[in-house]
Amino acid sequence: MEANITAKKQTPAKTSFDLFQFFYKYGTIITIIALVIIFSLANPAFIQGNNIINILRSISIVTIIAIGITISLTVDGFDLSVGSVASLSNAIVISMFVWFSQNTFVAIISAIAAALIVGILNSIMIVKMRIPDMLMTLATMFIIQGTALTYTKGATVSQNMVLPDGTMAEGLISPFFSKIGQVPWIIVIMVVVVVVVHIFLTYTKHGRYMYVIGGNKEAARLSGIPVNKYKVAAYLLSALFAAIGGIVLASRVMTSEINSGAPYLMDSVAAAFIGFSVLGAGKPNAFGTFVGAVLIGILANGLVMMSVPYYAMDIVKGTVLAFALAITYYKQK
Amino acid sequence: MTTLEMKNVSIEFPGVKALNRVDFSVESGKTHALIGANGAGKSTLMKVLSGAYDHYTGEISMNGQTLTIRTPKSAMDSGIQIVYQEVDTALIPYLTVAENIMLMDTVHNMGKKQWVNWKSLHVKAATILSEMNLSLPTKKLVSELTLAEKQMVLIARAVSKECRFLILDEPTAPLSHTETNELFRIVQELKNRDVGVIFISHRLPEIFEICDDITIMRNGEVVERQRISDTNQNKVVEHMLGQKLGEQFPDKFMTIGDTFLEVKGLTDRDKIKDFSMNVKAGEIVGIAGLVGAGKTEFCKALFGAEGKLVAGEVKVNGKRVNVKNPYEAVKNGLALVPEERRKEGILVNASVESNLTVVNLRHFSKDFSFLDRKKEKLVAKAMINRLGIKTPSEETKVQNLSGGNQQKIAIGKWLVADADVYIFDEPTKGVDVGAKKDIFNLIVELASRGKAIIYASSELSEIMGITNRVYVLYDGKSVKELETKSTNEEELLFYSTGGR
Repeated sequence: MEANITAKKQTPAKTSFDLFQFFYKYGTIITIIALVIIFSLANPAFIQGNNIINILRSISIVTIIAIGITISLTVDGFDLSVGSVASLSNAIVISMFVWFSQNTFVAIISAIAAALIVGILNSIMIVKMRIPDMLMTLATMFIIQGTALTYTKGATVSQNMVLPDGTMAEGLISPFFSKIGQVPWIIVIMVVVVVVVHIFLTYTKHGRYMYVIGGNKEAARLSGIPVNKYKVAAYLLSALFAAIGGIVLASRVMTSEINSGAPYLMDSVAAAFIGFSVLGAGKPNAFGTFVGAVLIGILANGLVMMSVPYYAMDIVKGTVLAFALAITYYKQK
Repeated sequence: MTTLEMKNVSIEFPGVKALNRVDFSVESGKTHALIGANGAGKSTLMKVLSGAYDHYTGEISMNGQTLTIRTPKSAMDSGIQIVYQEVDTALIPYLTVAENIMLMDTVHNMGKKQWVNWKSLHVKAATILSEMNLSLPTKKLVSELTLAEKQMVLIARAVSKECRFLILDEPTAPLSHTETNELFRIVQELKNRDVGVIFISHRLPEIFEICDDITIMRNGEVVERQRISDTNQNKVVEHMLGQKLGEQFPDKFMTIGDTFLEVKGLTDRDKIKDFSMNVKAGEIVGIAGLVGAGKTEFCKALFGAEGKLVAGEVKVNGKRVNVKNPYEAVKNGLALVPEERRKEGILVNASVESNLTVVNLRHFSKDFSFLDRKKEKLVAKAMINRLGIKTPSEETKVQNLSGGNQQKIAIGKWLVADADVYIFDEPTKGVDVGAKKDIFNLIVELASRGKAIIYASSELSEIMGITNRVYVLYDGKSVKELETKSTNEEELLFYSTGGR
């Protein structure tokens, strides 16, 4: 019987140095360090405090939205509607100030409420109608994108804008609200989101259940875990974080551009997937997602400093993502 | 008349000699039954014949001429076709009936042609179907067909090529009575066209209904070959069983209490019909039945995992409960150790520790649902010791453990949750002998602590060895209730195969 302990996979990792395993665990972090060194050599301004804060500020919104995606990924789902939800909450929060002269509290609550309705729509269609996650949220992405555009009548919402009836909008954005999108608060919010979600996923019962559902839905169900409730919760949370992302974005730019959240979708997806392999987690996780966002942020920032034209940026970003995915999935063969 | 012969065929898999010098022969225009208990080697033998393996030794010949069968294609080219039990693995659901029937033709006989001729495709498929007297619209999508119809499509595909011998691997297991009759009509049709049919089945009455010859296998060897008219059901059962080992079971000491679980008239949409049973505290009740009899369906229905119940009443400890999903089941003290361990029982990517605590994380949570990792570790370690789970540590991923240890974990998680009713569905499937014994000991220990236990298995020796009482299941119905000490395997098999 003793011979039946199949220890085939553990022993070699301990005794010999497994190069691939090493890269799987630390590849992302090594890449970040390498990039920092290269960019600093190319342009010493890169490593200065100002620029570091600049980078952190620039990845804040991506990180917050990516955390939402990460939560949807833990239950083996995938929320593609987060970009649109961010646009919507951006539009609502600004319009509440500008059009309706509401205070900060009402503005933020309305934006979050709208996002949660989207989350409910997503989760009902996925859980009850059994539409595959990615397809349903793809549909929602369009619906909400259109809803946000219709709501703003296809225009940019900003202070003192000209309304359709020819008058000027009189509402003002509160000074308190404008603080959210500025340093240090924008960075603080990001760090708090990452830490809270990391603790939630790693140290609470609910986080454990979510990973269990993501790992084996049928086994989770047969263990008596209310799978559907947790799926609903995951989509609500991902909508919530998308809304927070949209609110922070609103505060940072103080306007609501059309489809302002859309560009964040792909960066967030990339960050969440790069995060899989960070420190060998092998599953969606908040800290990894943050590291993924840092990698993307450093790339973008450094390439700008090296005068790479903005239109070539996506080539590099896509290549990095492909590389990260290769490392994650090659191991899973 | 064509004779297909297999001589001296042996095949080994790591650690197992699956076939040992098997001789087997069939004649065209006849239906030949191949029968044996689970693991006797029927399916392996047929896989060899249909070219699924290439590492066997021995010889296959047709009319004295040696055939080289090492790939599925070479078997097909020799006119040997097989319809596997899992029809869905061989069909492409979003193509039409015609495309599925003519698949082999499209794959192998197109040559240099690049364009699909839709008209002739449908005409050819329709011809094949009408030759078999089947009315299936050729333009229907396969995903819309019933299981029986899918089987028909596969048989049609088999005869679309030159077909001299057709192997049907447990074709009737998922079929209803009328569907089975339809299948038999087709088998008859094929016989008239001088096709030899090899028919694998667990259901003896069927075999005696449509087969001409019978070959019985046991433990990878052929033990009997004769004309069906020269034998009877009881003799066949004797040959199938031979002698078995029974000494691995622990002593049952009985302090059976009051009725703890009561099930009345459980019926689901597909399989289970009016199933009533009860289990007393401290009692181990067996659910015996062949593969496909509905044991798994019953276990899942009882646990609320099917969601297909149409009638029935479940009482736990005298109180009526509504088990509409597994969440409610667990709340009411039920536990299910499912048959498909890797798919349904354990989390292969998670650690031993989180597998063991998953059912009852509430007991390991502090304020605000924070997990008490220390307590988890402690309990996990205790359970590892208690069950003798062989693992380097409680943090090892479960996928690195052997089948027997995985099964112990699938059981262990319910012990951590301290359930009252344990439902075991084929708990020894894919488990080595030593771990099997541990599992039996564990089950008996649970019973001695007053738990109510349901033990579903198609291994009759296990049912005999471990249970106090048995319900025999046949085609979704409970056909017989027996006291284990006053019955034997022959009787169980007799009722399991539909005898009355």
